[in-house]
Amino acid sequence: MSSMINSLDKAPEGALSSLRSVFSNRLPTLGILLVCILLSVPVLTILASVTNNSDGVWQHLYETVLGDYVTHSLTLLVGVGLMVLLLGIGPAWLVTMTRFPGSRVLEWALVLPLAMPAYIIAYTYTGMLDVGGPLQMWIRETFDLRFGEYWFPQIRSLNGAVVMLSLVLYPYVYLLSRMAFIEQSVCVLEVSRTLGATPFKAFTRVAIPLARPAIIAGLSLVLMETLADYGTVQYFGVSAFTTGIFRTWFGLGSLTAAAQLAAVLMIFILFLILAEHWSRQKARYHHTSNKYTRLPRIELTGWKRAGAMAYCILPVLLGFVIPFVQLSLWAVDTWHLIDKESFLTLFFNSLELASITAVIALLLGLLITYTKRLRPTLATRGMVRVLGLGYAIPGTVIAVGVLIPFAWFDNTIDAWMREYFDISTGLLLSGTLVAVVFAYLVRFLPVSLNTLDAGLGKIKPTMDDVGRSMGLRPLQILRRVHMPIMRGSLLTASLLVFVDVLKELPATLILRPFNFNTLAIRTYELANQERLAEASSTALMIVLAGIIPVIILSQTISRSRPGHDAST
Amino acid sequence: MVRKLSAIFLAMCSTQVLAAEVNIYSARQENLIKPILDIFSERTGVTVNLVTGSADELIQRLSLEGANSPADLIIAEDVGRLYRAKEAGVLQAVESPAINAIIPEQYRDSEGFWYGLTLRSRVVIYDKERVNPADLSTYADLADPKWNDKICVRSSSNIYNQSLVASMISRNGVEATEAWVTGLVANFARDPQGGDRDQITAVAAGQCDLAISNTYYFGGMLNSANEAEREAAQAVAVFFPDQNGNGAHMNISGAGLTKAAKNRDAAIQLMEFMVSEEAQAWYAEVNNEFPVRSDVAASEVLQSWGTFKADDIALEELGIHNAEAVRIMDRAGWQ
Repeated sequence: MSSMINSLDKAPEGALSSLRSVFSNRLPTLGILLVCILLSVPVLTILASVTNNSDGVWQHLYETVLGDYVTHSLTLLVGVGLMVLLLGIGPAWLVTMTRFPGSRVLEWALVLPLAMPAYIIAYTYTGMLDVGGPLQMWIRETFDLRFGEYWFPQIRSLNGAVVMLSLVLYPYVYLLSRMAFIEQSVCVLEVSRTLGATPFKAFTRVAIPLARPAIIAGLSLVLMETLADYGTVQYFGVSAFTTGIFRTWFGLGSLTAAAQLAAVLMIFILFLILAEHWSRQKARYHHTSNKYTRLPRIELTGWKRAGAMAYCILPVLLGFVIPFVQLSLWAVDTWHLIDKESFLTLFFNSLELASITAVIALLLGLLITYTKRLRPTLATRGMVRVLGLGYAIPGTVIAVGVLIPFAWFDNTIDAWMREYFDISTGLLLSGTLVAVVFAYLVRFLPVSLNTLDAGLGKIKPTMDDVGRSMGLRPLQILRRVHMPIMRGSLLTASLLVFVDVLKELPATLILRPFNFNTLAIRTYELANQERLAEASSTALMIVLAGIIPVIILSQTISRSRPGHDAST
Repeated sequence: MVRKLSAIFLAMCSTQVLAAEVNIYSARQENLIKPILDIFSERTGVTVNLVTGSADELIQRLSLEGANSPADLIIAEDVGRLYRAKEAGVLQAVESPAINAIIPEQYRDSEGFWYGLTLRSRVVIYDKERVNPADLSTYADLADPKWNDKICVRSSSNIYNQSLVASMISRNGVEATEAWVTGLVANFARDPQGGDRDQITAVAAGQCDLAISNTYYFGGMLNSANEAEREAAQAVAVFFPDQNGNGAHMNISGAGLTKAAKNRDAAIQLMEFMVSEEAQAWYAEVNNEFPVRSDVAASEVLQSWGTFKADDIALEELGIHNAEAVRIMDRAGWQ
């Protein structure tokens, strides 16, 4: 046990013992393990389906559509992965290390697409660019052409889905890599410069490798979100794994085979995560220099300035400004048709769910990451892995994974109470907001865990020792050493979960109580009746509700540089 | 703080139980059903509680909740779903002479497990300029090579397409249907994508000549608040296929009483209200559907398309053949 900690944290025996003493009592650790197990139930329920017999459905899938599901999902992964790296890392570096007109605004504006749900941007661009949309109509009318006599990209296609998903998901990579760049000591970069590296080489050879854990963390969030996406691929008619799960479940009537498809998806993710860990091996990325001066931002000039501006503006323009303007135009157009009375209720319902979940996810995330750091037993680490899978699973599948154990629990209690007390308790938890929030936690806790884990990784074990040697008690170390360093990660974790819950649709839809609606649900209902323009008002509200946390998030990160307030 | 949190928790846990109420799981969306439910509540004093969602998921929820489910009624948008609910064992039969007298036999379950509330037809929408309606005839004809590269239709994951293919299986058998689907897929102008309105828009824009669509989508476009959509709809027209044969393919939105229903009487009362003349006039019109009772007039737009011969196949057939239909479409490469 202790040797495991050594190898993991590269700290001498006893270095963490003081902090560990907080956790030395087995009770809290067991409690956390229990929470983890509870939250893993939906994921495990699905994984367990692998052993069931699906009556030849796999044979049919294999002979017909499975190949498409696999290749299309892989294309999505590779395409979105490459695009978010391109859209995320470069701008993060430019706004952090250089100055050009607008760079201060872009610092936070680059995060804005995060507030835009993927299915909404997909609807919006389709409305604009599809064959019957205003742009193609204009082309046909202006040049007197018919369809087919001019070239125009097909928006609703596999490539279209790659672009749509990338445009709203790149902020994860942007945020996390920017956070990493901000925290890098300038010394390391200066050393590389004195060794003859150009600024570009310093970026590619030093900054990116140092930021690798953060970039990977962002990328894995993106890839998991991509695999879990249903709204976009379904709307675009792309047969990917998620659409396949639903088709198998409902069309072929085989929940078993559908669950098995979902399980295959999870095993694939698990494999990816392990592969990444293995490739990183034992390497840790602690900064060894503590010298932080104010970042020497390079003032860009000439074509470099123009290039940097274009590079940083493009993602914001495509991922936020254009769809936002289009949604606003539609909203103005259809405002008179909108039922305004329920508007505020929807808004507050969405906010309530998002805040409750964000707080719980933060607290649970903290407990779990600390437990993992201080007691990295096989059990805790295994649990964190399983919990981490939730983010890659389509919301509806999670919802079913929640429905099964909750309904079982409720019905068992009911049967028991009937037998012994002749009272029917009915459904206690199913069909309540508890079930909804539980599903959110299963789905979004990984976001919180990932962010907090990355934050905690920044705290070198030696810092604890220093604190101890200065006579701080373990809890004081938490408060006075960890908290200031972790503050940015805490805020990031809760805000990311908050925004994710605002956008969440499928699990809310299936699990919610009677007479309870959210902004996302109203948007979906109208869009599903193919009344996109009327759906735009609530869609805009989702985006607006998400913008504020997103801006706070960005500001926090700007201020997260150690010694930010100190003058040089 | 602790007190406040526990209060929130308790509030979250409470599933209110009121005296006279009906709880509905509805795949028909709120704006298309809530107003008529409000009128029912006003008249009878019965509170109606509503959860909307996709039918398949609501059926799944219902079956997992089991005998303790609070839902009394399930409302679905396609007979395929109602059939699935019956098969899943979450419905119970209703014996209501009043309802049976109103709803034609083919639009309700033979054993009374579900009842159609509105009707829609799956028709061909054609471009007025490029297509001579005299060239159109039957669904079978859509597989003819003369329509090569001319037809737009949405994904086969869509239940309306599944039901259409299921009705072909019921009439013509698996083999003939598979040949038909294969021919139809070969005539696609583009990969299936979007919804029914998108297919109609694509016809108007010239990407295809024919689209397969449900009638209410076309009706909705003709009445749309959006000018571009109205213009697109005016460039095309509706064709009811198979008028010399079985008639145009029909489908329903409908309701069934759940097996777990605790408010059986109130739920049946609501179902009876839904087929009353007053409710039918509103319920059908709001979504441009045909009323299920013949003595209530359809909306003006629908009437303007003239009368047509509707297929009188018992709709439960569409449910019976649904899974086979999906397999055929998979094999034929209908995405």
